[in-house]
Amino acid sequence: MTFRLDAAVEARGFDVSLTVGPAETVAIMGPNGAGKSTLLAVIAGLLHPDAGGAEVDGKILFDLAGGRPSWTAPHLRGTALLAQEPLLFPHLTVLENVAFGPRSKGVPRREARKAARRWLGAVDAGELAARRPAELSGGQAQRVAVARALAADPQLLLLDEPMAALDIHAAPLLRRLLKQVLAERRAIIITHDVLDALMLADRVIVLEDGRVTEAGPTRDVLQRPRSRFVAGLAGLNLVAGTLTEHGVRTAAGQEFAGQHDSATEAGAFIPGQAGVAVFPPSAVSVFLTEAHGSPRNSFPVAVTDLEPHGDQIRVRAGDLSADITPAASADLGLAPGMTVFFVIKAGAVSVYPA
Amino acid sequence: MAALGGLLVLLPVAAMAARVNWPQFIPLITSESSLTALGLSLRTSAASTALCIILGVPLALVLARATFPGQRLLRSFVLLPLVLPPVVGGIALLYTFGRQGLLGRNLELLGIQVAFSTAAVVLAQTFVALPFLVVSLEGALRTAGGRYEAVAATLGARPGTVLRRVTVPLVLPGLASGAVLSFARGLGEFGATLTFAGSLQGVTRTLPLEIYLQRETDADAAVALSLVLVAVAVTVVALSYRGPRRTGTAAGTTAARATGGGVQ
Repeated sequence: MTFRLDAAVEARGFDVSLTVGPAETVAIMGPNGAGKSTLLAVIAGLLHPDAGGAEVDGKILFDLAGGRPSWTAPHLRGTALLAQEPLLFPHLTVLENVAFGPRSKGVPRREARKAARRWLGAVDAGELAARRPAELSGGQAQRVAVARALAADPQLLLLDEPMAALDIHAAPLLRRLLKQVLAERRAIIITHDVLDALMLADRVIVLEDGRVTEAGPTRDVLQRPRSRFVAGLAGLNLVAGTLTEHGVRTAAGQEFAGQHDSATEAGAFIPGQAGVAVFPPSAVSVFLTEAHGSPRNSFPVAVTDLEPHGDQIRVRAGDLSADITPAASADLGLAPGMTVFFVIKAGAVSVYPA
Repeated sequence: MAALGGLLVLLPVAAMAARVNWPQFIPLITSESSLTALGLSLRTSAASTALCIILGVPLALVLARATFPGQRLLRSFVLLPLVLPPVVGGIALLYTFGRQGLLGRNLELLGIQVAFSTAAVVLAQTFVALPFLVVSLEGALRTAGGRYEAVAATLGARPGTVLRRVTVPLVLPGLASGAVLSFARGLGEFGATLTFAGSLQGVTRTLPLEIYLQRETDADAAVALSLVLVAVAVTVVALSYRGPRRTGTAAGTTAARATGGGVQ
């Protein structure tokens, strides 16, 4: 009883396989243009892939592998799509919008309306039933859109950045609502927000350039990023290179001393294998002159940006960043363009194969 | 310049209105030949509008929603009657449906004669008015976008249900304004009608033809009837401007052309 997909779209360089369990929610993350929306369009049947197959609970959505390709039309797939914009039908009332799914499946009008009222109640929008979509706020409209998608009783719910178009007050409310409704439901949610992935998803799959680059339980992926993209999401610095006995050597020849992440893989790494060194910005100190003494990493960088980050100042230098106190920043007289030394204790650097 | 442009349209209409023989206005426009022509015009325009809807809706759907080779070429051809002199359209129709025409020859064998009949009037009007409907509707379809339809499909709606419950209601304002414009263009049709259908009282002599004929003999009647056409055209423009904003601009420019067709 799972959802299984394996699809390739050549024109977009897209080639992805994934599975989703019966009551599992999977978050899809990735940079813009990574193929996240393509993935949902392929699952919903709005885009025809060149190869592959998909099934949900034994029902074939498409199968292009064998000699006789099969294709299930979007309306027979049971994959309701909730997009960034609510896309409520402007000519129908809220109630009729929510009743649209059941009505389309042939449920009699009265029963469909009853179901619609129930779902509107579930998303705390019962009092909006008689309104037109134009009379709703963004948050209200998206709540109604959630009710409409759920009323269609989908076997797989597809959410394409449902919170992205909402203002900061409406988003937490919808996130709480989604946490409730996704708990016992199979869903795939595209998001840019780590909070969504942590709160709503059991697993995260990272897409980059149309390929799955990382996958696993959300917490694990964020704690042990293997790509710069995920490290950025998790707010960590990541340096890629090859593994050495003491750490990682970058392509430029720079050595990063660190702790081999040995709990699970003691001695399991091969020197020369691709690996990453990961450390939080809070573990980076900034000096004007080179600091000595092992075991420390010290290297010159050019400051590119300074920005407030909580009660700290985030010092950015290319892809790396350091968090220091405003007082320290003032003492050092930091400004973009300056060359400073980033110093990190080897003990604060995690090293593991990429 | 804007005022000058407005004047260019308003001044001739005002000049014409000033020449109307008001005491005789009602008798002039209610003469038997006038009423016959007006009735024929309204009937044929209604018929050609219906034909435009029947032919134009699928055409607009195909142009807006499908992608196929030669699509741009098809669109250019659909728009051709907009830029073609109506007289040329009439000649083209004559060589298609006329006695010696491409299809006319075969129709003749079946005992059907199209040219110089009321059907020819409807055909000529449809020919010139079709682009108005297709352009309006295609614009509305593109504005509505395919995204509502995609959502409807993922909610379990069959293609027929999507068309009936989502697409058609969304583009209804565009369809209405397109139909109104087609009606207006059909009402004002002159050149193609005269060439292809002739000017037979009660059969093919529509109001514009009647006006042209009366101008030779009874200028007062011609002016009075022209004013009637202007009134109809203004009503039509007002009607299509009442539509939603998004079709308002398109309707405005095309409406001007429709009125132009009526006064030529």
